[in-house]
This record gives sequence, C-alpha cells and structure tokens, in this order.
Amino acid sequence: MILATIAFYIFAAVAVVAGFLVIASRNPVHSVLFLILAFFNAAGLFVLMGAEFLALILLIIYVGAVAVLFLFVVMMLDIDFSELREGFLQYLPVGALIGLIVLMELVMVFGTWAFTPEIAAVAASPIPPLNEMSNVEAIGQVMYTQYVYFFQAAGMVLLVAMIGAIVLTLRKRPNARRQVIADQVARTKETGLEIRKVDPGQGL
Amino acid sequence: MDTALAMPDLTPALAEIILAIGAMALLMLGVFRGEAATRAVSIGAVLLLIVAAFAVLSQPAERVLTFGGAFVMDGFAIVMKCLVLLGSAVAIVMAMGFMKRENLDRFEFPVLIVLATLGMLMMISANGLIALYMGLELQSLALYVVASFHRDSTRSTEAGLKYFVLGALSSGMLLYGSSLIYGFSGTTNFDVLSGVMATGGVSIGLLFGLIFLLAGLAFKVSAVPFHMWTPDVYEGAPTPVTAFFAAAPKIAAMALFLRVMHGAFSPAMAEWQQIVVFLSIASMVLGAFAAISQHNIKRMMAYSSIGHMGFALVGLASGTVDGVKGVVIYLTIYLIMNAGAFCCILAMRHKEGPVEEISDLAGLSRNQPMLAAAFAVLLFSLAGIPPLAGFFAKYYVFLAAIDAGLYTLAIIGVLASVVGAFYYLRIIKVMYFDEPAPAFAGPMGREMTAILTVSGLFTLLFILYPAPLLKMAEGAAISLVPAAVAEVMPEHATEAPAAH
Repeated sequence: MILATIAFYIFAAVAVVAGFLVIASRNPVHSVLFLILAFFNAAGLFVLMGAEFLALILLIIYVGAVAVLFLFVVMMLDIDFSELREGFLQYLPVGALIGLIVLMELVMVFGTWAFTPEIAAVAASPIPPLNEMSNVEAIGQVMYTQYVYFFQAAGMVLLVAMIGAIVLTLRKRPNARRQVIADQVARTKETGLEIRKVDPGQGL
Repeated sequence: MDTALAMPDLTPALAEIILAIGAMALLMLGVFRGEAATRAVSIGAVLLLIVAAFAVLSQPAERVLTFGGAFVMDGFAIVMKCLVLLGSAVAIVMAMGFMKRENLDRFEFPVLIVLATLGMLMMISANGLIALYMGLELQSLALYVVASFHRDSTRSTEAGLKYFVLGALSSGMLLYGSSLIYGFSGTTNFDVLSGVMATGGVSIGLLFGLIFLLAGLAFKVSAVPFHMWTPDVYEGAPTPVTAFFAAAPKIAAMALFLRVMHGAFSPAMAEWQQIVVFLSIASMVLGAFAAISQHNIKRMMAYSSIGHMGFALVGLASGTVDGVKGVVIYLTIYLIMNAGAFCCILAMRHKEGPVEEISDLAGLSRNQPMLAAAFAVLLFSLAGIPPLAGFFAKYYVFLAAIDAGLYTLAIIGVLASVVGAFYYLRIIKVMYFDEPAPAFAGPMGREMTAILTVSGLFTLLFILYPAPLLKMAEGAAISLVPAAVAEVMPEHATEAPAAH
C-alpha cells in the first residue's frame, strides 16, 4: 500500500503545482499546457480511488477536447494577457483576504467533521463493490433508467448552448461566394463558352 | 439494482415534454423557412406556452413524484408554472413589434424564450439538487443569450457577457454548496435530505452547504448583496428582454427558493430564516434608495425589481403557510403590474428609435392622456398605494411577517416602501406637471394596448374581487408547506434508497 500512498502524494503535489502555474505563468499557451498537466494528475488520483471510468472521461473530454479547444482559442485570439492581468496585484490583497477567511471557515468546518451516521443508508446511489461490478457497468445501470431525466435535461442544455452560439456569432455575408451546384449543372455550352476571333499580333 | 426499472411515469412532466418537443419543432420550422417564418414561430411559441399551461392545469392538485423522486408536481407547482408560462407568453407578444422595428426579428428569439421557460418549469418542479441545477442552468443559459440578442449593440453584448460571467460564478457557488450538502447528507433528494436533518440534526457542514446554496439562489432572484448584475443587464438588454427578465425568471427562482427552504431545509429553518431576513432587508432598502438617483427608466425598474424581490422575501422569511401564500400573491400581482409597466416603457420611442430617459416622459399626460393615466395607475400600484393591487401584495407579506413575530422586518419594509414611493411618484409628476417633451412616435400596437388594458384593469379592480387569487395562493401554500412537514417522518426518509 506504500506504493499507492507515494503515488497519491506525487499526483497530488504535481496537480497543485500545475494548478498554481496555470494562473502564474506569463505565456497563456503555457497556462493551458499546465492545465493539461493538472488534468492528467487528477486522472491519476481518480485511478487511485478506483474510479477508472471518471479518469478516462477526464482525459478524453477535458484533455482531448476542452483543453485543446482552449489552446486553439488562446493561440488564435490576439489577446494581450499581461495587460488583462494588470489589475491583478491591485486586487490581490482583497482576494487573498477573502480566500483566507473562507479557508479558515472551511478548516473550522472540517475540524468538526462528522458524517451523519445514516449516510450509508440514504446514499442516493451506493457504489457497488469494485470486484462485483465495474464503474462503467455501475453508471450504465442508472444513467438511462434512474437518471434519465437528468440525461435528457443535459441534452436540452447543450441544445441551448448550440443555438446560442449560432445566434450570437453567425452572420450573413452577402459577398461570400457559395457553391450552387444547380447553377453549375445548368451551365450549357452557350453560357459557359465564349469564342472570340483574335487577330494575329493584336491580343485581346 | 438487479430489478429492471420500470418506465418512469411521464404524465406529471407533460408540460415540460410538450415544451421541449415543441421548441425543437419550432426550431426546425425556423431553420427551414428562414427569417420569413419569424412571425409564425413567435405565434407558434405563444400557442405552445398556452397548450403547456393547459397541460399544467390538467394535473391533479395532490403531490406526485416521478423520475425516481427527482421531479415533483403539486398544487404549488401548478400555480407557479401557470404564472411563469403567462409571463413568458406575454413577453413574446410584447417583443414581436419591437424586434421587427429594431431589425432583430430572428426566429431564434421565441425558441430561446420557450427553452428558458422549459428550464423554469424544471426549476419549479425540482425535487433534488441535480434537478435544481439542471433547470437553473437551462434557464440561465437561454437568458444569457437573449440578453445579448442585439449583438451589434455594445451595451447589449456587455449585458450578456456580464450576466454570463457573474451567473457562472453564482452557479459555481451553488454547485459548491450542493456538493457539500451531498457530502454531509449522502443524498441529493430534497425529501430524504429533510428527513436526514430531522433525525440527525443540522451538521455544520450541511449549514455551510446551505449558505453557498442560498448565495446562488439569491443571485438568481437578484437579492442584495448579489444584485450587482441587475441594473447593467436590465439597462443593456433590449427592452422586451428586460420585461421578460423582470417577470418569469424571478418567479421561477423565487418558487425554487421557496421549495428548497420549505421542502429540503425545513428542519433548518432557524438557520436560514436569519439569512433570508438579512437578504430581504438589504434588498428592500437598497432597492428603494438606489432607484432615487436613476435617470434611465430601465435602470430604475431594475432597482425596483430588486426592492420587490426584497418584499417577496419578507413572506419567505416569516416561514409560515401565510408567508408562502403572501409570496404567491405578491408574485402574481407583481407579474401583472410589471407587464403593464413595460408596455408603457416599450411605447417610449421616437422616430429614430426607442428612448429610455425618464425626462422623455415629460408632459405625457397632454400628448397621450390614456397612456399616461394607465402608467400612473401602474406606478401607484407598484408603490403600494392602498386601493390598488400592489398594496394588497405588500399587505399579505407584511401580515405574515407580523404574525411570525418579525416586527423589525415589517417596520423596515414599510419604511422602505415609503421611500420607494418617492421615485414612482416622481415619474407621475414628470408625466403630469412638467413641460411636454416631444411626443412619442406612433400609437401602441393592438397587442400592447390589450396587455396594458388587462394589466391596468386588474390593478384597479383587484380590490373588488380578490377571492379567486387568495384562494389559489392559499391552496398553493398549503400544498407546499405541510408536504414538507409530512416528509420529516422517518418512514419517508427510507423510501428513496429502497427503490434500488
């Protein structure tokens, strides 16, 4: 078990450092790369906890899609991030103070940490033991049955996101040349060809 | 887990299913017919909302759970859903003329309003933390988009962006609170949650989660100190969108607030009551004082709505059946007054486009006496002057607060409404006694006149026949509150886990 403990501390430490570097690095591309590093380590932590499905989903969706998309956005938009961060130091004391207060309150909460004894009995969906059923199977049991409502609701949220993106960004460009296949097919020799007599030595 | 789960009962969610499928059908109509179909899509959306309202009304008044306890339908949900559907339908009708004049008439607008309404209905019926978040996010996402619908105007884009960033922050707080609540209680279901708290007490972790959840909900009803976004968003968004924001989403968020507090957290009432009292006092006072210095009428209406939400929270703070009844009455009257007031604001336009300064209303009584009279009635009512509907709205929430022994809250509320009366009366003074400003261009559309007339008559004549509304609100309140009391019983607490 010592191996698991060592792995936990390595993953956790790298995740925290990478998380800090996301906000600390000057180059936004580096920030995104550190974000990806943080995701990888979080995935490692999930594996250690026996949630292999979540770990893979994290890699596929967050690293494979979201972070790469971020990378494209960051590289394509011409934003001066150092300018955006100019007020950072100015607001740091207030932010740090609020953060400190919340942290102290959290420490106080977790100092008196007490689970309600009946938690196991009321758990919405108790996790079956790993040796009986894999993560994927356990999620598959409830995803489209017990949680079908949430699944459909999430679908509607995504539909709204798609409509919103189109509404806010799609513009009609009158000068754009679009391919009209019907016009291309309807071309005849008369409309498509022009025959001119060229006198020798004259040019057109 | 080995038992095959039966198909969940879909009838309680009939209205939601109609709206979801209808919205997609309207979207298809718009996509294939192009911009020419905007009017048809708008009319279709209004009809869809009406059909959904009938579907809601056909539900039985007793409490029905479905989707594994995540979705609840009861008398309270029926009333609140009808109010939300009414508010959305009126908003679409009000937007039709404006959007056409401003060259904003794209078919996505009514579709987005319908989808936002779907989110609101899901919020009202939410009986668990996941359902709450899903409904809230569906509604909010659609609202962010319609706030920046006038995408060529920097103010509208700014409004949408500001709303989005702050809304995302508040959703983050809400989720953080939800995860703490789940961690300390082991459940996301409201009924089980209140059972856990009734037997195991309110642990400090749960309390922490509750506070974060409250902060997220307070943002959605724009209660002080989570109100910062409201004036900018109201001012920047196109006026019909502002009219929509001030009505339906507020009602849905307030309904959700009531259900979470009276349903899930009824055993923790002593804890949330003081927070709600603070939110309520701060909203009423800030709403009253900050509105005084406003020149832009939409900005003023934003502070007015903050103040009104503060008054509605008085009813919640009292924590009784009468309090809930007061909130339901308040929201109904507020919805109708607000629709009328925004009809008047939409009528404020010159040839070049809409105007929004209060000084533009000067001398309206000589140019358009009927419009001025209607607006004056609505403003008197918003201020809470006695024979009008707005007075009774305030009366019932303050009565509930006094019955619950919250004298300070009631006194501060009455004083705040006196201060608030000043800025409403100032508009009436500008309309009736100031030198006339240039007259507004063109008469109101027929549909606007109809909405304004209904709203004005309701406000004037409510005193003669208040019984139906009082009865409806009473039924809604009883169906919400004793349900919460009954669920504290331990045998209910074990019901949900037994399902698997």
